[in-house]
Amino acid sequence: MSSTRAQPDAYQEFIKGLWRDNPVFVQVLGMCPMLAVTNSATNALAMGGATFFVLVASSFLVSSLKQWIPKQVRISTYIIIIATFVTVTDFTLAALVPEIHKELGAFIPLIVANCMILGRQEAFASRNSVRLAVVDALGMASGFLFALFALGSVREILGEGAFFGLDLFGSDFEPWVIMILPPGGFLTLGLLLLFFSWIRERKEKLAQQLAETEAELR
Amino acid sequence: MSEEHETALRGNEPSSTRLVATLGLAGLLSGLIIVSVFEATLPTITAYKAKVLREAVFEVLPDISRMRRLAYLDGRLTAKEQEEKDEQAVFGGYDADGRLMGYAIPSAGPGFQDTIRLLYGYLPAERKVVGMEILESRETPGLGDKIYKDAAFVANFGDLSIDPEIVSVKKGTKTAPNQVDAITGATISSKAVVRIINEGNRRWLERLPGPNEAPAFEVQKEQKGRKR
Repeated sequence: MSSTRAQPDAYQEFIKGLWRDNPVFVQVLGMCPMLAVTNSATNALAMGGATFFVLVASSFLVSSLKQWIPKQVRISTYIIIIATFVTVTDFTLAALVPEIHKELGAFIPLIVANCMILGRQEAFASRNSVRLAVVDALGMASGFLFALFALGSVREILGEGAFFGLDLFGSDFEPWVIMILPPGGFLTLGLLLLFFSWIRERKEKLAQQLAETEAELR
Repeated sequence: MSEEHETALRGNEPSSTRLVATLGLAGLLSGLIIVSVFEATLPTITAYKAKVLREAVFEVLPDISRMRRLAYLDGRLTAKEQEEKDEQAVFGGYDADGRLMGYAIPSAGPGFQDTIRLLYGYLPAERKVVGMEILESRETPGLGDKIYKDAAFVANFGDLSIDPEIVSVKKGTKTAPNQVDAITGATISSKAVVRIINEGNRRWLERLPGPNEAPAFEVQKEQKGRKR
């Protein structure tokens, strides 16, 4: 019984992070790495990947250990767990992909301070089963990765005329340099937020109209 | 769950020993994990840094076939591969016969946002800079990072006289062999690169022996033997 009921639940938890409660476009969390390292699609993917690993691993551990962590020291314990995974990620990236690690610079260690990660531990992983906590973390992390990638792609295409370092438009294209500078991050993020809110609003209106016409038909 | 509930009802707090023990244990485990990952990745990271530096030496001294690290000890240059703290060193570039061709000199200084570390190739016979490679910088993407992304700017350092000193001029106005065309929109970064090289020259030029007096490539073993 539990398995048949848990299936749609888990799916809902996953979709929640990816779309309905997207950490960036809806909750507007984790803005610091979001704006700082999304000047190219590669950097955005690397940052998203690092955050993905840290969030999923931390959620798993926090949820598994939740009975043993006294609530008075829970936040400190979460931070220790998160910081451990971040440091492990930092060293691993430096050893495996040194070029990308150099580009991301101080922002890998700063994942510790990403409020989205601590937020998921406190709001979800510490109160739910390990399975749900991992699914929730997977959803949120995918949502974050998706948002970083969207921002990074737009900024790289407009700001460098390239995608993943591949030249797109040839030499006639004058790169829109401001897009890869910090102001470009704010501009792009603002426009993307606008775009996603517009989609949401339109969807709600459509649903409302549908309900109204259905009511009239009856 | 019931236990937790009861504790909450009675208002009982877990003992402080338990709190300290939890945090202590978490910290201990975390430390162990971090140290083991650090130990596991350190050789790869060090090897990568050494590789980048080696490649940069061959990049800034185009015609050499061998290189050797030369540390400045007791007022003279000594071939020494092992790095030590607070030790100043350059890299000697040698041709196939073991004759010294030039030096690759590391230098660093403040850029627009953070320290720029670079390596440049210097030929003592011609008193010329023949190459420059940025090892580390956090210059503005799209503007300041042209100090290594803009091939035209980097080419300035392919054949550059150092006398009386290197100066940066507005782009397109280079007339003398000691001038560098600065990057439009990244004047500070361009000037920083020039200043860093001039500082490197001030520190190193008088210490560097000419091609004939320099420690030759093969001498290293004999020198070590004599010292011992």
